[in-house]
Amino acid sequence: MLSIQHLTKIYSPGGVKALDDVTFDVPKGQFLAVIGLSGSGKSTLLRCINRLIDPTSGAILLDGQDITRANTDEMRRVRRRIGMVFQHFNLVHRSSVLTNVLAGRLGYINPAWSLINRFPKADIEKAKKQLERVGIGDKAEQRADALSGGQQQRVGIARALMQDPDIILADEPVASLDPVLAHSIMQHLEKINKEDGVTVLCSLHFLDLVHRYADRVVALNNGQLVFDGLPSEIDDKKFKEIYGKDAERVG
Amino acid sequence: MEKKTSPLRSLCIALAVIAALVIYAYGFQVTKVSLEETSNPIRQERFIRILRALAKPDLITYEKEEFIVEAPIQIPCPTGGAQSHAPDTSKPYITVTPACAEPKGEVTIEGFNFEPNTNGPLNFIPPSGVSLKMESIQTDSSGHFLITTNLPKRPSDEVQTIRAITRRNLGAPHFSRNAIETWEKIVETVFLALLATTFGVVFAVPLSFLAAKNIMSPINSPLTSVALSILFLPTGLALGWQVSGKIGELSQTVGDSVPINLVGVVLIPVILWYAIRWALPPVEETTPAAALRAARLTVLLFALLLVIVFLFLLANLAGLMGNAVIASLGAFGFLGKFLASLGELLRFSITLISALTGAGIVNTIAGKLGQNIAEKTSAPVNRIVNLTLGALAGAVLFALIGAGIDWLYELENPFYTFTLPSLIGAVAGFITASALSRNATLPIGLVIYMVTRTIFNALRSIESLVMVIVFAVWVGIGPFAGVLALALHTIASNAKLYSEQVESIMAGPIEALTATGANRLQTIVYAVIPQIVPPFISYTMYRWDINVRMSTIIGFAGGGGIGFLLQQNINLLNYRQASAQMLAIAVVVASMDYLSSAMREKAV
Ligand SMILES: Nc1ncnc2c1ncn2[C@@H]1O[C@H](COP(=O)(O)OP(=O)(O)OP(=O)(O)O)[C@@H](O)[C@H]1O
Ligand SMILES: [Mg+2]
Repeated sequence: MLSIQHLTKIYSPGGVKALDDVTFDVPKGQFLAVIGLSGSGKSTLLRCINRLIDPTSGAILLDGQDITRANTDEMRRVRRRIGMVFQHFNLVHRSSVLTNVLAGRLGYINPAWSLINRFPKADIEKAKKQLERVGIGDKAEQRADALSGGQQQRVGIARALMQDPDIILADEPVASLDPVLAHSIMQHLEKINKEDGVTVLCSLHFLDLVHRYADRVVALNNGQLVFDGLPSEIDDKKFKEIYGKDAERVG
Repeated sequence: MEKKTSPLRSLCIALAVIAALVIYAYGFQVTKVSLEETSNPIRQERFIRILRALAKPDLITYEKEEFIVEAPIQIPCPTGGAQSHAPDTSKPYITVTPACAEPKGEVTIEGFNFEPNTNGPLNFIPPSGVSLKMESIQTDSSGHFLITTNLPKRPSDEVQTIRAITRRNLGAPHFSRNAIETWEKIVETVFLALLATTFGVVFAVPLSFLAAKNIMSPINSPLTSVALSILFLPTGLALGWQVSGKIGELSQTVGDSVPINLVGVVLIPVILWYAIRWALPPVEETTPAAALRAARLTVLLFALLLVIVFLFLLANLAGLMGNAVIASLGAFGFLGKFLASLGELLRFSITLISALTGAGIVNTIAGKLGQNIAEKTSAPVNRIVNLTLGALAGAVLFALIGAGIDWLYELENPFYTFTLPSLIGAVAGFITASALSRNATLPIGLVIYMVTRTIFNALRSIESLVMVIVFAVWVGIGPFAGVLALALHTIASNAKLYSEQVESIMAGPIEALTATGANRLQTIVYAVIPQIVPPFISYTMYRWDINVRMSTIIGFAGGGGIGFLLQQNINLLNYRQASAQMLAIAVVVASMDYLSSAMREKAV
């Protein structure tokens, strides 16, 4: 369903080549892990897919539609099908948890109604249900910054779920969390992947998480795709290719 | 380890010290620092007198009762000796010994039976009847006083008079006229600051977004859109202006019929509600058919016209009701007047707002059209369109600037203010268009950002005390000029402060909401505004504080408020009166200071 073709991104001041001719396909319902060293281009890749970053060249086909050519209106329709979960959660701190979750509906709601801060009743019900689903139904009225990191990330997931997404992009969703919380967040993503059939693209730092949750791995090094296969195929040789020859396996 | 000081370094330090000496010496000279002046006894005496007057602010007075007692005096002594003077010793009386003396001779004046502990002047009354003050009297606890003084140098054949006056306070103390005036003016001052802050903030908040780099810099448009916008912008302004003007005229015809206005004001919102509900469904999963979209657009335009009608009727109604209740409200008549003024203000702003709205709508349409042209046309067609539009837009833009210059400087030379700018603009537009590649966009957001920034910085550097002089010429000396000056300054400086806050918000939430498909408006409402509310409140309080301070002195330059009164009293050397005003200012400023910091703490 998602096809990345010759994707290249050069950041204009400085000319850093963050993505270099990256090509791969993601079938529907897959849990794809994106790995690579810091600075290898994982975030750039994920952000190109929903055009938070405009790629320099190449194509991104979502069900045959080239996202890189979509205009503003088309982009709105594309983006609302793609949920995103962030390393630093990116919640609006001073707003309530419920408002943060409801924000996931903004792509569907007529902007004129947002001006007076109105969401349809059905959306509010739905937001509460999503919060129940991620296990923090009782926190709906609290301010987002009153929550712990793990809880904030669940709000982030609930917000993405509000979009009824076909794809979820998760950019190091557990890098700011302790290992126990990391597993609980990853389990939520796994559940969404398995139960709802949502395709997940998730960049990860820890190989044990990759082995435990991912169906498939792509690895980036210096913007280039250096590995595309099953988690179990990452042997020591491959590992050194991905992380450099001085790297030691810990996970 | 010891650091070696190089001779060059020592020399530099020496030079710096000498330079500092020279700078301060020159500073002393130009600011005329003079210790001699401060120790000059005449000046010191004057200074102390003022200080003492200032220490006794004119706030409270009493009803006074005066006792006037006179005694004759002859200057010089007549040949037959002085006439005897036998005062009535049952009443207050004074004795003068001796009863005659040479000019400037010494006499002793003694008073008896006065009210205890009162004071007043001791005057010398020559035949002309004027009153010359000789001394001050202070009676003791038994109502007695004794003064030895020199007579004035006023010889006369006639008998002259020495008059002792003592005053006694009667009844309870009450506020003096000056205190009441001060109170009225301080109220005027506080409200001047309130209005200026309110008006200023209302404009500064939306403008601050235009001056925030993080909001504006992602706004890029293809040249086609920008050019079309520039071409149509004046049309949009004129259209909005004309339409609202026409509706305004129409609404005037029913201007004094309360029922019609009332029905309109009640009915129109109901119609609007249903129209908007239909035309803007809250959620839409798929793009509707073109026909439906066109129908909705028509309904929305119609709704917009209705809004204008509604606002005009509302203005009518406010005026009618306000004027009707002025008489019946008595002391609260100002409420009616306020309502009527609100109506007028509304009527005045509708025209402006609809002109801007017209410009906005036309601008959006032009932008969309431009986007479509840029996307849908083949490369050569696109190029030709861009070159033509670029040249045209450049010409219009420069011609408008030329017209502005012509208006300001009255050059009345169309070659320099119309032909030449249009030509230059056309060439510049043409060059820009030909330099841009097909998919290139213009950083229109950054341009707007820089223009607004520059305007704010320029306005901010003009103190409101200077601005008020201009406004006083325009609307007359008084508090209104002060309101305008302070409001303008508030717009400029708060828009700057606000925009800095907008720039310092966290980008994460904006990114997250953009990723959900929210458009720019929605990201501002849901990700930007929640983050900026506390600093905006805090800066607004801060500005209110400053405006109260400024409004106390803006009267010095013709801006009304207590400053005007203060300045008058200082010029008339009424230091006791001025002191009351200074005291009032101090109290108001201090309490505003306290209030605003307390509220700021609450808000954050
Ligand atoms: N806005 C930007 N401007 C210029 N260069 C950038 C920008 N963002 C990222 N880069 C550069 O692009 C490269 C890829 O960055 P990216 O953030 O995609 O890496 P990453 O794999 O997500 O790293 P990390 O694991 O640290 O998050 C890096 O070299 C980075 O310095
Ligand atoms: Mg990253």
